[in-house]
Amino acid sequence: MLYYILRRVLYTLPIALGVSLIVFVLVHLAPGDPLSAVMGEVDAKLLAEMRTAFGYDQPLYLQYFIWLKSVATGDFGYSLRSGAPVFPMLIAAAANTIAIGVLASLLSFTAGAAAGMVAGYNHGSRLDKIVSSVTIAGVSIPHYWLAIILVIAFSVQLGWLPAMGLGGAPTLFSLDALRHMVLPTLALAAIPCAIVARTTRACVMEILNMEFVEALRARGLSEQRILWHVTRNALPTVLAVMGLQFAHLLGGSILVETVFSWPGTGYLLNLSIFDRDMPVLQGTILLLAMFFVATNLVVDIMQSWADPRVSRA
Amino acid sequence: MKAVDNSTLRVAFDAPAASGPALEIPLGPLTQHTYWQTVWLRLRRDPVTLACSSVLIAMVALALFAPWVGLDDPYTSNSANRLLPIGTSGHWLGTDELGRDMLARLIYGGRLSLMMGIVPVLTALAIGGTLGLIAGFTGGRVNMLIMRITDVFYAFPSILLAVAIAGSLGAGVTNALLAITIVFIPQVTRVTESVTTQIRAMDFVEAARASGADTFTIIRTHVLGNVLGPVLVFATVLVSVSIVISAGLSFIGLGASPPQAEWGLMLNTLRESIFLAPAISLLPGVMIFIASMCFNLISDGLRSAMDIRI
Repeated sequence: MLYYILRRVLYTLPIALGVSLIVFVLVHLAPGDPLSAVMGEVDAKLLAEMRTAFGYDQPLYLQYFIWLKSVATGDFGYSLRSGAPVFPMLIAAAANTIAIGVLASLLSFTAGAAAGMVAGYNHGSRLDKIVSSVTIAGVSIPHYWLAIILVIAFSVQLGWLPAMGLGGAPTLFSLDALRHMVLPTLALAAIPCAIVARTTRACVMEILNMEFVEALRARGLSEQRILWHVTRNALPTVLAVMGLQFAHLLGGSILVETVFSWPGTGYLLNLSIFDRDMPVLQGTILLLAMFFVATNLVVDIMQSWADPRVSRA
Repeated sequence: MKAVDNSTLRVAFDAPAASGPALEIPLGPLTQHTYWQTVWLRLRRDPVTLACSSVLIAMVALALFAPWVGLDDPYTSNSANRLLPIGTSGHWLGTDELGRDMLARLIYGGRLSLMMGIVPVLTALAIGGTLGLIAGFTGGRVNMLIMRITDVFYAFPSILLAVAIAGSLGAGVTNALLAITIVFIPQVTRVTESVTTQIRAMDFVEAARASGADTFTIIRTHVLGNVLGPVLVFATVLVSVSIVISAGLSFIGLGASPPQAEWGLMLNTLRESIFLAPAISLLPGVMIFIASMCFNLISDGLRSAMDIRI
């Protein structure tokens, strides 16, 4: 087990390096000089000075190593737009995204797992058919469209909930902030909820078909005990899917955050793309990708804990 | 080794793991069907797949023949006719914020939106499929090299990678297509590789090799036929994902640009009209939803039709 964890961690290092390289190359694929894109027509001498100041006069591979070294120490550079350091911006945005991400995960995992269990147990029943149709709609729905539907229904028509931003809420833990979180959370939760439900349903159905369930029945175990055995066997798979969905949720929140002007990482990403603010763009993508890598690591380790067969393979 | 097949799980909008009950097709004792004939028979008798295929064929045909079915011009704006409600005579689905006919724009929009859903998947199939076949069939160091590079791309959530690539290259339909293709290549590579590796270890491949078949023949006759099924199911799910993501890119301004008719872009420009005409502002999303759902349902149909080999 310990050996497995160690191996898995070591395996993550080259992946993380590769990710940082892709992020760096991506941002430098952008046509044109990052500084002239931001500063427009300025004096050539000033531009050259700025370039030296930001380190853009170095050869690309050197720039990569310099960037890598500073990023490793938490220095993400300064925004080309505002001149503010990038790291605090990232932390503030990440906190907002994680807030709705965690809420959406809790909501979708409970609802999805419950619906999937019920559907899988009552395979072929009317309830199963309803769950199946709802979940196929759930995996197909463009979540940014769902976000607009929610705004129209709950903000425009009913006027119950705010549609934009975080309002003037001082912290994330106030009632006002919570009210602003309801709609983005619902929009984000739809897809993972459907995916978790579908996976759980398939998993439960597969386990119920296994011989050991028959054996448990033959031994006269109560339905509750059998349910426990099925749950225990479905757990590793469902856990893995949930972990991945949580990471996807944070990385893919850009579309939903755009609809609600939610001040999270997605919104920051959107702004930095259209501002051509390279340090912010680079930092945001790197942070989100690294978070994804870390989540995958945690999911794998959790899976090997829930299902010891994983680490023995 | 992982107990879960991650290749299907990491697609942004799920590669459904469920497989419905296989349809019971009564076969007479004398009828001999090949595997693909059986699949075709089952598909033809599956009402959901039939309905979805008809909807998609209608959508594609309308989009292709849009100039000849008597629609209004989708680009002619008319400030006197802005945001006419659904059901107005002459404008059955109303008009948008510039007074352009919604029905015409939705049908014309299918050209870009459906193209952006299908083209990246086809390209990724060609490139990723080849890479996966090579990796799976060669094994060893080649496999290591290809699959480790794939792993790095896998370390990004799909939407984030698509947005990052499209955002770096700059807005535009070509860049959006390129971005989505790059996102899909590793996913197709992984699925193809895992199936190819399984097939390669089977006895009939060994038998073919022992009886003197060369690599190319083995790939063509034994591997391709077996890989095709799972990859096809996966590809239909990818089209559904691709439609949603590409429209999403246009929605945040990274794909199509005004005045082009494209569902994601229309959804974005109509956002300012949600107070005046909520129903109309939701219409482009309905199209994305229907197209995406049809591809997902067809994928489910294919999956159950291919489930059992006779």
